[in-house]
Amino acid sequence: MARFVVRRLIQMVLVLFAVSILTFLIFNVIPNGDPAERMAGKVPTETQIEAIRREWGFDDNIFVQYFTTMKKVFTGDLQSYFTQLPVGEEILNRLPRTLSLAIGAAILWMFVAICFGLYSAVRAGKFADRFLTIIALIGISMPVFWIGALMNHYLGFKWGLFPNGGYVEFTEDPLDWFYHLILPWTALAILFIGFYSRVLRSNVLDTINEDYVRTARAKGLSERRIMIRHVLRNSLIPIVTLWGLDFGAVLGGGAILTEAVFDLQGVGQYTADAIGQLDVPPVLAVTLFAAFFIVVLNTIVDIVYAYLDPRIRLQ
Amino acid sequence: MTAADPAGPVATDDPLLTVDELRVSFATEEGVVQAVDGVSFNLGAGEVLAVVGESGCGKSVTAMSLMGLTRSPNARFEGTAHYKGTELIEASEDQLRRVRGAEIAMIFQDPMTSLNPVQRIGDQIIEQIQEHESLPDRQARERTAELLERVGIPRARERIDNYPFEFSGGMRQRVMIALALSCNPSVLIADEPTTALDVTIQAQILQGIRELREQTGAAVIMVTHDLGVVADIADRIAVMYAGRIVEEGTLDQIFYDPQHPYTWGLLGSITRVDRPRRERLPAIAGLPPSLADRPHGCHFRPRCPLEFAECMKVPPLESRVAGQSQHRDRCWLSVGEKRARREVAPGEIGLAAKNVTAA
Repeated sequence: MARFVVRRLIQMVLVLFAVSILTFLIFNVIPNGDPAERMAGKVPTETQIEAIRREWGFDDNIFVQYFTTMKKVFTGDLQSYFTQLPVGEEILNRLPRTLSLAIGAAILWMFVAICFGLYSAVRAGKFADRFLTIIALIGISMPVFWIGALMNHYLGFKWGLFPNGGYVEFTEDPLDWFYHLILPWTALAILFIGFYSRVLRSNVLDTINEDYVRTARAKGLSERRIMIRHVLRNSLIPIVTLWGLDFGAVLGGGAILTEAVFDLQGVGQYTADAIGQLDVPPVLAVTLFAAFFIVVLNTIVDIVYAYLDPRIRLQ
Repeated sequence: MTAADPAGPVATDDPLLTVDELRVSFATEEGVVQAVDGVSFNLGAGEVLAVVGESGCGKSVTAMSLMGLTRSPNARFEGTAHYKGTELIEASEDQLRRVRGAEIAMIFQDPMTSLNPVQRIGDQIIEQIQEHESLPDRQARERTAELLERVGIPRARERIDNYPFEFSGGMRQRVMIALALSCNPSVLIADEPTTALDVTIQAQILQGIRELREQTGAAVIMVTHDLGVVADIADRIAVMYAGRIVEEGTLDQIFYDPQHPYTWGLLGSITRVDRPRRERLPAIAGLPPSLADRPHGCHFRPRCPLEFAECMKVPPLESRVAGQSQHRDRCWLSVGEKRARREVAPGEIGLAAKNVTAA
């Protein structure tokens, strides 16, 4: 176990290193990528641009630039080129919003998908199964910016059932926090519900025909216990992997559209703005942050996986 | 074929399990598959009945149908199976649940896949005990450890917390036996319990089942395709072919005076170390018929070297040997003729068979 974690940590450092280099390089080779020109205002003089260049070190060798930037990442001195605000602080301020959205949505989609998938499998071929299949396909086909905008417009703006976007701190008013997040959670979860319930349905149908389920039935267990202890438990193992990875991906930028539609001002929205302005430091920091989450969640998934399926050992 | 017919030598007058005219069919894409077609037998308390036949003759379906394990929207059942006042075929799931595991327990063919891979073996046994008896955790665990010891798991008290993948196939089958015995069932159904195991392990498992049967007094239905497996464990044998019992009798009757040509074929294909070795082991020519499209009359007719006009009619299962009411078979030939033909080439029916495939 200890060896496994250490190896994963080393892997994580390598991944983050590669991600940082790629992000940095990409933004340096993009046309019109000279930040000094954009920072200098609408009608800059050559001297102004030159001054900014020198001040921010844009005229340095690209390796030197990379290392100074990375140094700032670790000391927390990284600043946005345009707002000149510290990037780390900005991300930390927005993190609770993104975490609230991602965690809530992940729980919601997992829970609903288990219910739908299990019910669909138990009723395989019958009306309920076909109905849920169609619902799932519709869910998978609806882009989040579209369904999110519809929900926001009708449920939020027109009929006033829910707040029209925005976010309230949990510490300020937990109920209002929840109320504000219902629509974003739903919008983000719909796609995953459709996808997960389909995967779970087919896993359950495979597992139901396993010999050990027949054994469980021959033991005289109740149908409910058979389904939960023997069928669902084994069908969920592959889903947990997906769940961990998708959750990491949502934290690392998968929620950008949802955040934008519901004006949550989360990390995703911050990144979207930064990319629009070719503002390298926030993009770099958020990318590293996303990569970090994905690697960490991958590790957690592997640990959980070994717990769920004792045949798998961490080595 | 009456339920009153006395069963085997160890059986009491009142059979524990009475199966009467059991029919099981499945609707499939290839049509209706008649897997079990009018099977009747009795099982006395403590008796060992072997159900023998080739793959796909309906023997496993018969066994599993008794526990309601073949129930599905595509399956149709007729006939009855009475166990201690409960009719099993029509029983509700709730009624069946009380029988399953507690009264009738089953050992399956493939021990590698019959245990839940992600649950400790001890927990899988405790789960069954606690389903049927309100026993505190500690006592259920204690009983499980004793069971595992009894079926010959070394260091049972440590291994109770192991997962199935930490056991070999033979050990897993022992775990399955311990599981089956955990609630002291009156009937143990063993569906090809040794088929997936190698020969030395087979012998150990059979020995184990025999010992446990002596200790617990449970009746056993042993489903197998190998007459050799049942030679020294069964009291009575029922030979099945294409969904029907074609011959049944005591062990001695079947082994020393087999009446049905199919039984001769099965007997001829046993490897025996006490006979001179032949060039090739005789096999019954052709394949068993598809259960969706069985030949008219006697189902064995297309593969039988002794076929004659009568065989177009279905022979009833009845006693044909004088004075042996328990020995019944489905063959139109006279006993004298059968004995004569059998003597000509003992156990060689496979070689003499005509070259016709079941179509």
